[in-house]
Amino acid sequence: MNMPKILLLFAHPHPRKSKLNKRLLQAVADLENVTVKQLYELYPDFQIDVEKEQQALLEHDLIIFQHPLYWYSSPAILKEWQDCVLEHGFAYGETGTALAGKHFLSVITAGSERTSYDPIGRNQFTMEQMLAPFEQTAGLCHMVWQPPRILYGGFNIDKETLDQHCQSYREHLQNYTLETEQ
Amino acid sequence: MEEHSLLLSVFIYLSAAIVAVPVAKKLGLGAVLGYLIAGILIGPWVMGLINEASHVMHFAEFGVVMLLFLIGLELNPSKLWEMRKPIIGQGGLQVLLSAVIIAAVALALGLRWEYAVVAGMSLALSSTAIVLQIMDEKNLLPTPSGQSGFSILLFQDIAVIPMLAILPILSVTGSGGESEGIMGVLKALVALALIYFSGRYLLPPVFRYIAATRMREVFTAFALLLVVGIAVLMDAVGLSMALGTFMVGVLLSESEYRHELETNIEPFKGLLLGLFFISVGMTVNFGLLINQPLLILGLVVGLVFAKGLILYLIAVKSGMPSAERLRFSVLLSQGGEFAFVLLSTATTVTAIDTEISGILTVVVALSMLTTPLLMLLVERYFTPAVIDGEKPEMDVPNEHNEVIIAGFGRVGQIVARMIGARNIGATILDHNPEHIERIAKFGFKAYYGDATRMDLLETAGIAEAKILVIALDGNDQAVELAHEVTRKYPHIKILSRAWDVVHAIELMKAGVEMPQRETMYSSLKIAEDILTHMGYGAYEARQVTAKFERHDLEILHGLYHAETLEDRISIGRDLRGKFEAQMKSDSEYREKTEPDWS
Repeated sequence: MNMPKILLLFAHPHPRKSKLNKRLLQAVADLENVTVKQLYELYPDFQIDVEKEQQALLEHDLIIFQHPLYWYSSPAILKEWQDCVLEHGFAYGETGTALAGKHFLSVITAGSERTSYDPIGRNQFTMEQMLAPFEQTAGLCHMVWQPPRILYGGFNIDKETLDQHCQSYREHLQNYTLETEQ
Repeated sequence: MEEHSLLLSVFIYLSAAIVAVPVAKKLGLGAVLGYLIAGILIGPWVMGLINEASHVMHFAEFGVVMLLFLIGLELNPSKLWEMRKPIIGQGGLQVLLSAVIIAAVALALGLRWEYAVVAGMSLALSSTAIVLQIMDEKNLLPTPSGQSGFSILLFQDIAVIPMLAILPILSVTGSGGESEGIMGVLKALVALALIYFSGRYLLPPVFRYIAATRMREVFTAFALLLVVGIAVLMDAVGLSMALGTFMVGVLLSESEYRHELETNIEPFKGLLLGLFFISVGMTVNFGLLINQPLLILGLVVGLVFAKGLILYLIAVKSGMPSAERLRFSVLLSQGGEFAFVLLSTATTVTAIDTEISGILTVVVALSMLTTPLLMLLVERYFTPAVIDGEKPEMDVPNEHNEVIIAGFGRVGQIVARMIGARNIGATILDHNPEHIERIAKFGFKAYYGDATRMDLLETAGIAEAKILVIALDGNDQAVELAHEVTRKYPHIKILSRAWDVVHAIELMKAGVEMPQRETMYSSLKIAEDILTHMGYGAYEARQVTAKFERHDLEILHGLYHAETLEDRISIGRDLRGKFEAQMKSDSEYREKTEPDWS
């Protein structure tokens, strides 16, 4: 069986000061089927190389956005990446079928507990509602939306929970298959 | 009494220079001509303020000595070695051909053969002072004509030595020469060896010792002492003082005190050279000119023409770009200060008679006057030409481009390549044919000409252009050009490269809104790279750099608005202090608030 190839787009503006995302990235970066692209390192002045990024998309089966949740969305460069790379005629539109059938997965760290993402919680909306733009973007590009992996409660997370989360993230990608998830 | 008259003379010299030089520059005549005219005005034939010029001239020749010392400092031995072929080939050819032809003409005019030889030798030499000053003013040294000209001048400086040595042999009466023969040569060799070894081994520790005193004036005194000392030594053994100081300059060109020496000697050189030109103006004997106007003017024209023609042939033979040949020929076509030396020595040893020597001196002085004038003519009417293979055309066409790039060195070339990629046409001007030819290979077309000249820019279409890019090598020229263009064509946006902060401020005052310091972005990039190698994320490093850049710009604008030098220093210090404190507190701020969970 062919191992699915995974493209991990990592967006953290200050990786030096990151606690959780850096750990999560370390947990999976060495997997042989995973290609990591740290967008803030590659494009510190936001001049994204569209052709190169599109080529990378074509070569992979699962696309991951991994980032902290900033203002209920991604850090700015991921938005810029979408604006530039997901071109009409490439990712969407009548002839835009380059991404059709690929899987899409969001991997996110959030500061608050899961319970706050609720109509009666502090954040008013559920995480599913918050991530609707990503889900619809994947949908418009004919990609298969996967249930996002969210690490909640990052403000005061204990070591075991983090280790456990890292371990399950690694296993998730290691054993990823395109067929069963569908 | 004596002191009083000395001060008075100094006062007259300085006043003449201060009046005549700015006027000459304003009229586009150049500083050399200004000094010469000043000399004529205060000399015995016009106002008669100062009547005895020869002792001043002897003193002022020291300007030439210092000039060669400074040139030596710029040339390291390996560079000099690279130039050996043009020095010997072109220099030798020029001196030999000119001397032979001039001597032949002198013979034909009925002079004794000894006199003819003296005339040929002394008139073959050109004026180092005038040529280098003009090259400096017009920034010609890096061009092919500048390089060839310089090689020939160097050869001439060396050729003076044997010329002076054979003068006693040419003595008509046989009484003048107590020739030292082998002893003389031996003495000269010992002196040269002394200079070489002291330059190599003795001077560096002495410099360190002097520099350790941290007294500026002691260093200045020592720099002067060095130049004077070598000159005295060379003079004592009968060698050219200029050649000796040149040698020491070359030996010190790799010393760490090179720049310190340059800045110390530079002002003395400038003043003395000015004085030298003034004294040349003063020695023009208008009495002889009035008595025999046709003879003297005829000789001047003949001399300049013959020397120019020989130089032109050398230029063709050495493969100089065609547009440069005429300028090169004119540049070295005059007689030089060495002629004065040779002629006066020849007179004392009776190798020439006083009357002929007097006439030749006037001819040489007048021929020195012609060079700045001829250069003006050449620049105005013959140079703007398209370098297009071997067929120069005579005009810069108006291509109706919206962008004009003045200066096509490292900066101008990158600018042109980048906008060329966007199909934005630019009219490019440069006065170095090598730049133009190199770039022609990449499909660019650049026009040959001095971009600081308004009339040339006007033919290039500046009136209809939107943007002028100033990427000239000369800082002063860039400022002057910006000033002129802002005044005459205020609608044009000027984008300029600046050398450093001081230059940037001058450019801003001349109407350039945002000059770009040439080392700014490469330095910032290196600093940014340090941050990323120290573990900063690329984006974070970028943010820090951008913030620094903004603050630095604030400082620049603060300095620009400073009225006085004191203001400038205190404003600079305040802004820098404030800004560094802010950068530091900023980084603390960031460390604290970056979310724990990110």
